[in-house]
Amino acid sequence: MDLGLTKSELEFRDELRAWLKANLPKKSSQAVKTAESAAAYHQYLKDWQRKLYEGGYAGVAWPKEYGGRGATFIEQAIFQEELALADAPERMGTIGQGLVGPTIITVGTDEQKKRYLRGILSGDEVWCQGFSEPNAGSDLASLETKGIRDGDDFVVNGQKIWTSYAHIADLCLLVVRTDTNAPKHKGLTCLLVDMKSPGITVRPLKMMSGDSGFNEMFFSNVRVPANRVLGQVNDGWNVAITALSNERANLGSGLYVVFKRNLEAVLDHARKLRRHGKPVVEDPVLRQKLAQCYVDLEVFRLNTTRALSNLTKTGIPGPEGSIQKLYWSELNQRNAEIAMEVLGSHALLSNFDSGRWVYNYLRSRGNTIEAGTSEVQRNIIAQRVLGLPRSY
Amino acid sequence: MEFDLSKPQRLLQKSARELFARACPAKRVRELMATDTALHPELWSAVAEQGWLGIHLAESCSGLGLGTVELAVVAEEMGRACFPGPFLGTVWAATLIAEANARSKHLEALATGESKATVALVEPEASWDPADVQLRGTKVGNGFKVSGRKSFVLDAGVADLIVCVARADDGLALLAIGAKAPGVTITATPGLDQTRKLYDVNFEGVTIGAEDVLAVGDAARAALERSMQVITLAVCADMLGGMQWIIEDAVEYAKTRQQFGKAIGSFQAVQHMCADMLLWTESSRSATYFAAWALTAEPASAARVVSTAKVYVSDASREVANRGVQVHGGIGFTWEHDLQLFYKRSKASEILFGDAAYHRAQLADLVFSG
Ligand SMILES: Cc1cc2nc3c(=O)[nH]c(=O)nc-3n(C[C@H](O)[C@H](O)[C@H](O)COP(=O)(O)OP(=O)(O)OC[C@H]3O[C@@H](n4cnc5c(N)ncnc54)[C@H](O)[C@@H]3O)c2cc1C
Repeated sequence: MDLGLTKSELEFRDELRAWLKANLPKKSSQAVKTAESAAAYHQYLKDWQRKLYEGGYAGVAWPKEYGGRGATFIEQAIFQEELALADAPERMGTIGQGLVGPTIITVGTDEQKKRYLRGILSGDEVWCQGFSEPNAGSDLASLETKGIRDGDDFVVNGQKIWTSYAHIADLCLLVVRTDTNAPKHKGLTCLLVDMKSPGITVRPLKMMSGDSGFNEMFFSNVRVPANRVLGQVNDGWNVAITALSNERANLGSGLYVVFKRNLEAVLDHARKLRRHGKPVVEDPVLRQKLAQCYVDLEVFRLNTTRALSNLTKTGIPGPEGSIQKLYWSELNQRNAEIAMEVLGSHALLSNFDSGRWVYNYLRSRGNTIEAGTSEVQRNIIAQRVLGLPRSY
Repeated sequence: MEFDLSKPQRLLQKSARELFARACPAKRVRELMATDTALHPELWSAVAEQGWLGIHLAESCSGLGLGTVELAVVAEEMGRACFPGPFLGTVWAATLIAEANARSKHLEALATGESKATVALVEPEASWDPADVQLRGTKVGNGFKVSGRKSFVLDAGVADLIVCVARADDGLALLAIGAKAPGVTITATPGLDQTRKLYDVNFEGVTIGAEDVLAVGDAARAALERSMQVITLAVCADMLGGMQWIIEDAVEYAKTRQQFGKAIGSFQAVQHMCADMLLWTESSRSATYFAAWALTAEPASAARVVSTAKVYVSDASREVANRGVQVHGGIGFTWEHDLQLFYKRSKASEILFGDAAYHRAQLADLVFSG
């Protein structure tokens, strides 16, 4: 147990601090998000990603040859904490960086690594994840979108749903069924699909929160070259699991900066707003609840750091990432609820504090559904981590 | 940075686990619970011989000179074995004495297990906040005279020495009092957790000479706070060990117990209870070991990290114990099943040294101001 930083970790941190000081955008991410259009916000995040890339901080633990820094997972953890301390913008392209990139690094061909990894880090290419279908959500392996081999191509037909970022994505990690006779887990293949391919239609779906973060995607005779198969043909289930394990391991750690910023902002409100003639922060019940928010967030930070420290030894994220996913999604929902309680009747107005809290409250509902529902995470923990017998 | 036990710390964990498995099986825990003191002299000596009673104390204080991480490692294994006896009282007192006066004559006997001690802090009003101490210490020459009652005093029945926290004119006073000194009456109070005994201690005009005044005023307050942080950490680690026992036991049972022709562990309702137990246990591990590290490495943040751990682990430990019983059904509710030992110890640990609500209030004061 030594949570102190080594000499080289300290150097990394100090260099990063100096870099952040010089390069953080003038406008805070929250200000741009609430005051400007979705397109402007996207551009803002894209510019930030570009800066990180040029500064050598886009893929801290990714190999150097693909534009990463080649640093350790510990330095990755330091990086995330420092970003949170500096109140840096959140990351864009979380699908590319958190899910597609690590999977390409693990199972991709050299040519695929050369072609895709750099674009993920620079923010030039945005990815989406075409897994879920109308009849295949939790039971992902039952998906029906077909990929039929035809000469040097696979021809894709079918429908995906809930695809985040499809409306702005350049590329898609798509799972299709390539063998309809094999058992359901054995006939799947992962494809790296250009979203500009003829035959793809993207239709935005409106979320409960009112914005359009996810979409339906329709594939009609879309031709995907066979060298765009990620991993082996009919081994797509294992590739998808690799991708999902990375998603669970990575998604949460990048969210710490957002959660921390939210808690600090809630505390600000709690100090300024009054209830029963006293600042809300002095209300004994809410004070207890806010302290619990602090504890839960701190334990989240420690869990993340510990997971990254373990990753240094194991190299690849395993099923225990489901603990992280479960933890952060439920934490964010609890904290969003308490934020609304702190606001009291102000929470009735969707434009209070530029609508930030109502949005958070509504958006957090999706956290226990996206990237695998809480029930599915608990199944994974029970069956794959604790070794209890499978129930389905 | 490494957020995991080092090789020597793993070895320590292994030898502690082996020692308790051998010398402190559940059968012995039950025998000791039924006694007045829960003290087993040989078991106590075995622990003392390892140096674990002063594992975190400096060598100059007769300790092993290791850190609070090592203390947590040992305390975790004690929790996993429901180790009965006066560990908390003695280690708390030794830590307090070492903080107050590193050259105290008492330290050697405590660290070697020759004598046992405790701290009398809480009063019948049941507050763990030192600010609420009311028992008066009246100055007599360079010494003190005390009268009044302390409650919830750990292990007093076997203690040779009681460190009494009294209120003096210039703040708190830490007074070392022989348990058999004239005017001291010790009465056992029946406990929810029978592995760690609690007592009322009454002081009736007890006089304390100058040499037994450990600290007064700010120094007393600082030593008391620090010692409470250290012992609260040990309680968190004890709860963590208990949680680990409970989850292993519950998962094992879920794999073997059959109903409806299948292992109950194949039912999702049972699986989800086990999954939550793992999340709480592992998160408690992160919080406890971070606090253990910070207590030695970053003492300035000690109050914050220890309260964070006590809040999280207290609630998590209760929930894990609840689920542990539920997974077992009827057998889990019996006196005969060992779960009851861990269940009660967990509940007691949740309350000792301030429950989650108390530490949330402490944290709010620490982090919300400004
Ligand atoms: C905001 C958001 C963004 C998303 N982004 C993407 C994306 O980018 N790409 C993508 O591919 N998908 C995405 N999804 C889809 C998401 O992965 C699915 O919604 C999710 O896996 C659940 O599938 P479903 O909606 O079909 O629900 P169902 O699977 O039908 O589940 C309905 C209910 O049944 C429960 N249930 C189902 N099976 C079991 C079981 N075996 N045990 C216990 N309970 C069970 C579920 O937990 C849930 O409560 C997104 C979803 C949301 C909300």
